[in-house]
Amino acid sequence: MTGHGQGWIGKSFARKEDHRLLTGRGCFVDDRPRPDALHAAFVRSPVASAARVSVDLSEVSGVDGVRAAFASGELGVSGLTALLDREEFTATSMPILATGAVRYAGEPLAIVLAEDPYAAEDGAERASVDFEARQAVTSIEEALAPGAQGVHDELAANTFLDVAPFSDDEIDDVLASAPCVVRTSLRTGRQNALPLEPRGCLAEWVDRDEQLVLHVSTQVPHQVRTAAARCLGLAERQVRVVVTDVGGGFGLKCVVGREEIAAAAAALRLRRPVKWIEDRSEGLSASFHGRQQQYDVRAAFDAGGRILALDADIRCDVGAYSVFPFTSGVEPLMASAELPGVYRVPRYRARARAVATNKAPTAPYRGVSRPQIVAVMERLMERAARELSVDPLELRRRNLIDSFPYTGINGITYDPGSYRESLDLCERRLREEGWFDSRDGDRRVGIGFACFNERTGYGTEAFAQRKMAVVPGYDISEARMDPAGWVTVTTGTSAHGQGHETTLAQIAADQLGLHPDRIKVRQGDTDLVSYGWGTFGSRSAAIGGGAVRLSASRLADKIRTVAAHLLDTEAGNVDLVDGWCRRRDNQEDGLPIAEVAEVSYLRANRLPKDVDPGLSAEAAFDVLTSGTFSNATHGVVVELDPGTGSPRILRYLVVEDCGVVINPKIVDGQVRGGVAQGIAGALYEEIGYDAEGQPTAASLMDYLVPTASEIPEIGVEHLETPCAFTETGAKGMGEGGTIGAPAAVLNAVNDALRGTGVELDALPVRPEHIHRALERNR
Amino acid sequence: MKDQHLISLTVNGEPHEVLAESRRTLADVLRHDLGYTGTHLGCEHGICGACTVLVDGVPARSCLMFGVQADGAEIGTVEGLADGDRLSDLQEAFSRRHGLQCGFCTPGFLMLAEAFLAENPGATREEIREAVSANLCRCTGYQGIVEAVTEVAESRRERA
Repeated sequence: MTGHGQGWIGKSFARKEDHRLLTGRGCFVDDRPRPDALHAAFVRSPVASAARVSVDLSEVSGVDGVRAAFASGELGVSGLTALLDREEFTATSMPILATGAVRYAGEPLAIVLAEDPYAAEDGAERASVDFEARQAVTSIEEALAPGAQGVHDELAANTFLDVAPFSDDEIDDVLASAPCVVRTSLRTGRQNALPLEPRGCLAEWVDRDEQLVLHVSTQVPHQVRTAAARCLGLAERQVRVVVTDVGGGFGLKCVVGREEIAAAAAALRLRRPVKWIEDRSEGLSASFHGRQQQYDVRAAFDAGGRILALDADIRCDVGAYSVFPFTSGVEPLMASAELPGVYRVPRYRARARAVATNKAPTAPYRGVSRPQIVAVMERLMERAARELSVDPLELRRRNLIDSFPYTGINGITYDPGSYRESLDLCERRLREEGWFDSRDGDRRVGIGFACFNERTGYGTEAFAQRKMAVVPGYDISEARMDPAGWVTVTTGTSAHGQGHETTLAQIAADQLGLHPDRIKVRQGDTDLVSYGWGTFGSRSAAIGGGAVRLSASRLADKIRTVAAHLLDTEAGNVDLVDGWCRRRDNQEDGLPIAEVAEVSYLRANRLPKDVDPGLSAEAAFDVLTSGTFSNATHGVVVELDPGTGSPRILRYLVVEDCGVVINPKIVDGQVRGGVAQGIAGALYEEIGYDAEGQPTAASLMDYLVPTASEIPEIGVEHLETPCAFTETGAKGMGEGGTIGAPAAVLNAVNDALRGTGVELDALPVRPEHIHRALERNR
Repeated sequence: MKDQHLISLTVNGEPHEVLAESRRTLADVLRHDLGYTGTHLGCEHGICGACTVLVDGVPARSCLMFGVQADGAEIGTVEGLADGDRLSDLQEAFSRRHGLQCGFCTPGFLMLAEAFLAENPGATREEIREAVSANLCRCTGYQGIVEAVTEVAESRRERA
């Protein structure tokens, strides 16, 4: 294999996306001009729970500009049902428009179509909703209480999923006899991923192609196609999903929304394009949430500070519905499988539940359960260190996995990483900078650490173990050269800000001996790639990039074969360098790649007899193990205001290892953006609900998104342990920042509160909680 | 019973006349009536700042203004920053410093920063950080944005 040494991988190459985005020429879903489109607005449930609901739309059609309105049953669509092939899972259907019962405030009941969005909202306001309200289930405690109101009739004990994936009959004895047992009861708040671009779609039936074309702001075009085809009763070929620029997703856009399907159904019925653009209050209250979980965990340690056993009870408030395709099982299954993290745990027992409540459903928000499990493990480390009078970093070192590949008690095989090295470097830097000394004075300064790994390349095997009925994993790419020698590379991944047009071009450029500017990456169109799994779970560089490298390498092979024929040599004697095919034994002899391209299409008579015309190659790639694991240590220094309790971050350092770094600038940007979202979850953001199930943060006046004033500068240092399981050596790293920050910040706040007798184990940590702790100590 | 008003706007130096309902926001007039879709709507209640444009040189949330309020005004949008295909120094700095990822908030930050630097040519890094905290970004952690604006402030001062 040749084609190495071009050196595009590893370069901070300027993003190809930037020019259009900086000049206002990006194309987000609401930027598509369609003067003939109807605009959709939804009539939504005013209450969180009702046994019976009906919508009267008779006043709606008279509103100026309104063209149609449909309630459930009038649209001709079936609901979305996400399935796990597990006995412990109860499937429930999510109707596209609620019918019969209502299960959360903001649930869509009817769709109104009008000539402009203002008129559509006028129309929706004229709908009258009649309901028989009942007691809303607004917390995990209420949901699990005996005799609780059922969110769905078919659910026992308001539980979608109740699994005990790891059992151990002797663990109670170990816990009873261990020299040290520590506990944590960690709770995390409900968050909204809050992509700056709200959800939205433009649906249109195109007669000539016999296709419903659905432009949608999503991370997963093919899954939207599958869902839309199923709900609308169309063949998959009859649905084309097109995604152009997407203004962030963070997991919220990796599940299928009801509104997109309803808009598509309306477009089919009315034979007119239909556009729906979510507004922010709909987004906050009625799209998808994440993160609301509770953990009761005990850990036993021996006298030397080594973990003996871990026993966990995990409850996730997943809201009212299971979302397609991941199901409500995603949070509890991820949490229970991955809780041990970077530590050697010889005995493990876990129970994990997906609990139904009368709140908006949850989607897999960036990091999915890992922010919580890392916070749990890192709190346990701190507690055990104190009990055993061992330095907390030393205690971590005694437990870190340090030989690879390592297969844990959870059955997961971890690929080589730098668990110990990242901790050592992070500690050393903060010591060198004098932060440990800053704890000695009168100021309330605390230092917090978090050691963790993040599974990134979830391949088909990893998802199959979750027993999803729709199994994501592999990805497919085609590399195609045109007669002038320019290349188009397709991918089934679908970027929403991660810069795939640049990094995937860098990967292909190294294979083809071309400048990345000669390579156009195309994504986000279901007619371009036979199937793809989109972008979530940090999979794109590791898996999508693997497919791109393989397809580009196969294309390079064909180019070399043709070039060898034209140069009268063997393919193995041809190198592709800087746009040329050069004889390895005589670098002076060669021909431009463009000439090979021209021969392949326009002068095919010059091709070797056994070579087909055209220059294209397709490849699929999958990670056939437990996945790939990036790792990192976060170190953060926090100072608490003695008067208000308000925490201020003085220093934030990430030492991370994501294998081969394809584009350092993009990687650093992902780390910093991730940390900012992690800090948001640690200190600021929460979607609350009142006792009636009404969301209390339905605007950005109440949902506190941190700004440049709250987010500090974030230092990033890299270690590089190439991945053994991927084509590129890259591991993926989109979520790590978000995963590590809550644990590190929580530990830092607790460190700053040392001596007060107070420990905080709930996120977000708000100034009032800290203030109260400080008051008690005064 | 639509109440329509004929309003005149100059956008990036181009004169326009448009018929707008009283309640139609300036953002919708710019985006949907005049085709300047570079201005984005992230919250429609004045918090996120993605819709920031310049109204007679002053940054304004175009989601909080009605189109009719801008009658006769000079509007600056992101489409007016580059000179043909040549990016402005601020746009180039945003790319160089990785001050954008998904790019949705970017037009609002660019317009905010242009107006801030015009008003405060001597601004320090900390003042710039405070100024850009008027807008929300969900991707970058703000560092690249602060670095880009600071770099441009410094280079403009040197050139002045």
